Amino acid sequence: MDFSSIDPVILIASLIVASTPILLAATGELIVEKSGVLNLGVEGMMIIGAISGFIVCVELNSPLLGLIGAALGGGFLSIVFGIVTQVLRANQVASGLALTMFGLGLASLLGHSYTGIKPPYLSTPDIPFFSEIPILGKILFQHDFVVYFSIISVCLVWYFFRATRFGLIIKAIGENQDSAHALGYNVIKTRILTIFIGGCFAGLAGGYLSLVRVPQWTEGMTAGAGWIALALVVFSSWKPLRLFVGAYIFGGFTILQLNLQAIGIELSVALLSMTPYIVTIIALVIISSSKKQGGSSTPGSLGKVFMEAQ
Amino acid sequence: MKKIINFFLTLSGILLLGSGVFAADLKVGFVYVGPPGDFGWTYQHDQGRKAVEKAFGDRVETTFAENVPEGADAERVMTQMALSGHDMIFATSFGYMDPVMNVAAKFPNVKFEHATGYKRADNVSTYSARFYEGRSVIGHIAGKMTKSNVVGYIASFPIPEVVRGINAAYLAAKAANPNVKFKIVWVFTWFDPAKEADAANALIDQGADVLMAHTDSPSPLTVAEERGVFAFGQASDMLQFGPNARLGSIIDDWDPYYIARVQAALDGTWESTDTWDGLAPGMAALGGFHEKIPMDVRAEAMNLAVAIAGGRTHSFTGPINRQDGSAWLAEGETADDGTLLGMNFYVEGIEGDIPQ
Repeated sequence: MDFSSIDPVILIASLIVASTPILLAATGELIVEKSGVLNLGVEGMMIIGAISGFIVCVELNSPLLGLIGAALGGGFLSIVFGIVTQVLRANQVASGLALTMFGLGLASLLGHSYTGIKPPYLSTPDIPFFSEIPILGKILFQHDFVVYFSIISVCLVWYFFRATRFGLIIKAIGENQDSAHALGYNVIKTRILTIFIGGCFAGLAGGYLSLVRVPQWTEGMTAGAGWIALALVVFSSWKPLRLFVGAYIFGGFTILQLNLQAIGIELSVALLSMTPYIVTIIALVIISSSKKQGGSSTPGSLGKVFMEAQ
Repeated sequence: MKKIINFFLTLSGILLLGSGVFAADLKVGFVYVGPPGDFGWTYQHDQGRKAVEKAFGDRVETTFAENVPEGADAERVMTQMALSGHDMIFATSFGYMDPVMNVAAKFPNVKFEHATGYKRADNVSTYSARFYEGRSVIGHIAGKMTKSNVVGYIASFPIPEVVRGINAAYLAAKAANPNVKFKIVWVFTWFDPAKEADAANALIDQGADVLMAHTDSPSPLTVAEERGVFAFGQASDMLQFGPNARLGSIIDDWDPYYIARVQAALDGTWESTDTWDGLAPGMAALGGFHEKIPMDVRAEAMNLAVAIAGGRTHSFTGPINRQDGSAWLAEGETADDGTLLGMNFYVEGIEGDIPQ
């Protein structure tokens, strides 16, 4: 066993890449849940993003348009959920689960003739000067732009909910839909908007999988990443910056345990495989139980159907 | 609410009646662990299902359930199949073993075929291919082609079949190149393209320049292509996923077996059997070799394949010691099927432990 053969720089750089899909999907779901909607269809929107992004990328031969297509694909699917739950007032849990099944099925139908095709690679932008900083340059400044986008968007979401008027309105709607309605805010329109944005994030996360991380289309390729993203939102107690902690710890331990196995560490492999889940849960339990925080931070109206007549 | 339920009950009744009118002689269900579009393990089983449909036309109706988790869900799915009039069920993953036995006990008139398992009953047959024979051949190629002398191996679950594959590949690679080392990563999944890709990257980071995989998706091959190392197609040919990286492939060909078993069921001659076919009958087949493999290595690999198929040599021919140094096979002795089917130890030279 030789720990020195694990290069921490490569390790950190690859954990950031591995965490990007769940970070993106979790960011989107956080926005949705902040507005009081529980969309369990993240997995379905991700896989639709993965295939629609793949199709656009291959047909137009452009990874960038592919990623946009991925986001829109996820967004369009989420609109279905938005109409069903907001306009038709269906149960959100059931609709979300149905959305996942629908997405998985539709994706394999759409992707039927796209298996075994190699998409054009997404180039990594060359960041002069910064990328040449020893260590930090390789960890932070040699990624593709989706990675930067995911990091920046988490920060923006944090700022958005903290300091912008519209962010506060969304939070108000999520905390108490009836009061927000009484104050004159349009609950349903706002929620459909957040659902769409959440869908776009999930779609982009899926597109990142099929265009960058794996890069290929395979049926069912999200393999549960959407569910992990959902869990991250809960464990981060709806605080955007904590998504970093959750996603990077999860991604980090996934990569670390694979590397530890590759160097032949004398530890139970079953235990190593469990570590990403265990460590993420422990870390998030610790930070969410800190004394500074008063009570539960679950949005008050999460998952509740909004009836205007009340 | 009651009305809605009634509506669906009526609807499903009509559908059931409808299916009764057009009943085929035999209804065959397939249970898949992954999606048919995985272009690996499940894809090949689905090809087998299509071959059955093509061979028998209207006489046989086939259905399939995909992405069925191993365990309680599998039991539910197979019970559902048995209840809905299936006469024969192919359960195509090792982890369906106990569910198959449970459901088979409840439905003695339904014929079960379980892939890669070892438990049988009057209405449960088992079948598998000697993939390890193919792994000997690609192990030889891996040993010859590695420059760093590190072969990375992505393993799924610590079951005898996977351990056997690692041992067979290692022995052949070692014979071809005494300096070869295997680095093995267990991912504890059959199908998770992203995780398989992560494992492939980790192995390449640790110096592997030839990858072998015992998981179901082509993603390790895609990573190998991207990073300029070699890999093999697994279960299916997978050439299109890594035109420069794919040195060869082991292909599972279930078509003849599935057709023969369905034929037996139609003729009323079906009985519980245990089938374990290798390179010779072609249940495990080899895909084309890459032109980057030198001619002499290609010839050696071909000879090895022919010798194994012809029974002149065996993937496990002594002297072979177990990992702990204790003797397993004496000079010239070959492994018996019983030991191979329950294989739970590494052979001498492989580092690391099999997860328990």
